[in-house]
Amino acid sequence: MQSIHASQVRPPFYRDERVLGVFSQVLVVVIVLGLGLFFFSNMISGLREKHSVAISFSFLGQAAGFDIGESLIEYSRERTYARAFLVGLLNTFQVAFWGIVFATLLGVVIGVMRLSTNFLINRIAAVYIELFRNIPLLVLLIFWAQAVFLKLPRVAEAIVLPGPIFLSNRGVAIPWGLPTESWGTYLVVLGTGIVLGAIVAYVLREQGKRTGRMPLVTLWFVVTVSAVGLVGWVVLPQPLTLDQPALEGFNTQGGKILSQQFMALLSGLIIYTAAFIAEVVRAGIQSVSKGQREAATALGLTPAQTLRLVIFPQALRVIIPPLTSQYLNLTKNSSLAIAIGYPDLFAVAGNTILNQTGREIEMFTMIMGTYLSLSLLTSLLMNAYNRRIRLVER
Amino acid sequence: MTTAAETPSDRSVLPITERYALLGWLRRNLFSDLFNSLLTLVALVFIFTIARILLRWAFVTAEWGVIPANFNLIMRGQYPAAEAWRLWLVIYLLGAVAGVTWRLISGQFSGAARVLIAIPFVLMLIPFFSMGTRLNLFITAVASAAGYYIEGYLPIQRRGRAAVYFILAYLVIMLLLLRGVGAEEGPMPPVSPILWGGLLLSLLLAFFGITLSFPLGVALALGRQSKLPAIRVMSVIYIEFIRGVPLISLLFMGQVMLQLFLPDGFPLVDRVLRALVAITLFSAAYTAENVRGGLQSIPRGQYEAAQALGLSAYQSTINIILPQALRAVIPVLVGQFISLFKDTTLVALVGIFDLLGIARTILANPDWLGTQQEVYAIIAVLFWIFSYSMSYASRRLERRLGVGVR
Repeated sequence: MQSIHASQVRPPFYRDERVLGVFSQVLVVVIVLGLGLFFFSNMISGLREKHSVAISFSFLGQAAGFDIGESLIEYSRERTYARAFLVGLLNTFQVAFWGIVFATLLGVVIGVMRLSTNFLINRIAAVYIELFRNIPLLVLLIFWAQAVFLKLPRVAEAIVLPGPIFLSNRGVAIPWGLPTESWGTYLVVLGTGIVLGAIVAYVLREQGKRTGRMPLVTLWFVVTVSAVGLVGWVVLPQPLTLDQPALEGFNTQGGKILSQQFMALLSGLIIYTAAFIAEVVRAGIQSVSKGQREAATALGLTPAQTLRLVIFPQALRVIIPPLTSQYLNLTKNSSLAIAIGYPDLFAVAGNTILNQTGREIEMFTMIMGTYLSLSLLTSLLMNAYNRRIRLVER
Repeated sequence: MTTAAETPSDRSVLPITERYALLGWLRRNLFSDLFNSLLTLVALVFIFTIARILLRWAFVTAEWGVIPANFNLIMRGQYPAAEAWRLWLVIYLLGAVAGVTWRLISGQFSGAARVLIAIPFVLMLIPFFSMGTRLNLFITAVASAAGYYIEGYLPIQRRGRAAVYFILAYLVIMLLLLRGVGAEEGPMPPVSPILWGGLLLSLLLAFFGITLSFPLGVALALGRQSKLPAIRVMSVIYIEFIRGVPLISLLFMGQVMLQLFLPDGFPLVDRVLRALVAITLFSAAYTAENVRGGLQSIPRGQYEAAQALGLSAYQSTINIILPQALRAVIPVLVGQFISLFKDTTLVALVGIFDLLGIARTILANPDWLGTQQEVYAIIAVLFWIFSYSMSYASRRLERRLGVGVR
């Protein structure tokens, strides 16, 4: 009699893994689709009663009819809703850009301080990190807006910092360059400088690969660009004139005025994010094992070379991914601007436009679509970068 | 080998920095070379400047009268004063639960238990508290001690189960007490959640946000690692969508758009619950990503060994994979919970009076114009205390569980 091996017996269908797998997937899909359809049909019928057309983006072409406190591009209340949306988007980009630049600088400084062998410096950094990581950003932002920038003296008694920079409850006035006629030409010169710098860097890198002695490529790039820039500055008749703010009656004249809301949002974001970036930087530097430094020293590398060629590239590999996610957080957190009255994307689109038009679906689609594409774009770049620098294991 | 340093009489031959421990420490940590000494001086100047500004503000400029005057509002929002005894009962029981849990975690009478019982006594020192409040705090301390000893009397193998039952019972009782049961005129009239506020609401939102988002997050993480394509794709879409948008947009959506999705006449859940749903859904996506990190750190061999022992997929996930994965990500999860706690402040922007919302109401009162610095400072300190203790507790727990060691 032939014995039957256990693997040849098919289990009953209700215990067959393949059947169960297909069944559970179908079940989940049906439930999700059913719920989605239910919500969607409710939404459509509800919207039919409210507007003539359930979903339509045509209102974007209408005149907005409201003013926006600050704008990077030309805007007035006669312009369209689409233009207002763009103003909000650019304001978000502006605050995110400066926030990222300064939060990185402050974060790196504090992260390095955290590793200092000096007890006091080390403690100051630790207190900073523990203090600001454990306070909600929104509280911090409102504190800056209402308890700091709003409490600054009136313009007539403004605090004057060297520069001159005027701090008052109207905002911060800083000196600013005003372009003259030759500014366009100067930009061309600067562009040429960058191209030249890239060529120099490429040649140096190729030479370095051939000879095995890598020169300081980045340094030479910077030197070339700034040399060209400097020559252009001297040769051309003053491409920029410095516009300094000055007190004039009850207001400041000239310079660039950064609004109180912008400054409050920016400082809150910088201080908060820097605490997180500091931790990222500290973890990155600590992740490079001691043996690496010792091996580099044993090979005869100078301390500077060790840092540049051994420690830094390895720390960067650990630092960059969480750093990007901090940048993304900062950008998303800038939507809290609505609490302090800075007209960013969310405040303009999710509040003002939405309240005026009542187009919830359309506005939320646009807002979420914008934030979502920003973050997906970032993670795509991140994944590509990760693939490039990944350690190839055995 | 004996050296001169070991016999006290010979210490005089040592350099001065070795003879006195403090000097040696100063030399090593603050004045090891010229650069370090300069840094130390700069740091000292910095610390003195900051301390001077802060102390002068706290003791001279600041007008703290606003805090005692609005203390009840900050603690419990619009919760009716006549029903405040229910909140105290909730706090007594919380003390007892904390005692039970502490006993379970620490095992024997330890410093941790002393700290727990000391907290109410420290709070009693706050100058403007009435005698009634102090008495209530004292009862809380007694309740903690009682919980601690009762748990101690149980046989050790029953303690875990007893604690779980106790906590579950507490949750039910807490909700009943807060929400109220029976008629308007009865002994416990219902209190609508929109009246809950202040610190009470912030803590409740954080607590329920954490407990509800955690299982959902684990489920999503498992879904993302699943072999079944439909489930995996749906988990990925959910996680990436939620992580890509700011929480504030979800909160606004919950308040503005939820009624659009439901059929006409559907009883609308109240504002607070809608905010809680938004926070939970938001946090679950982040929890899922953190748990996935833990799942990925489990070596293949663990799965294979579980399979070889004849465990089903369900059994191996629950008994083998998840415990290890979750233990590996405790620090990240606690960080995530802290950020959830901090994110509850965002509900103030959709008209809910949590700690921050209450602060804004107080400042809108003409009696307290211009006290922004004092009020927001206190709010920040309250948030800081809770967040910091969470992160401190997580570091202790990490050490106990030996994360990264075993």
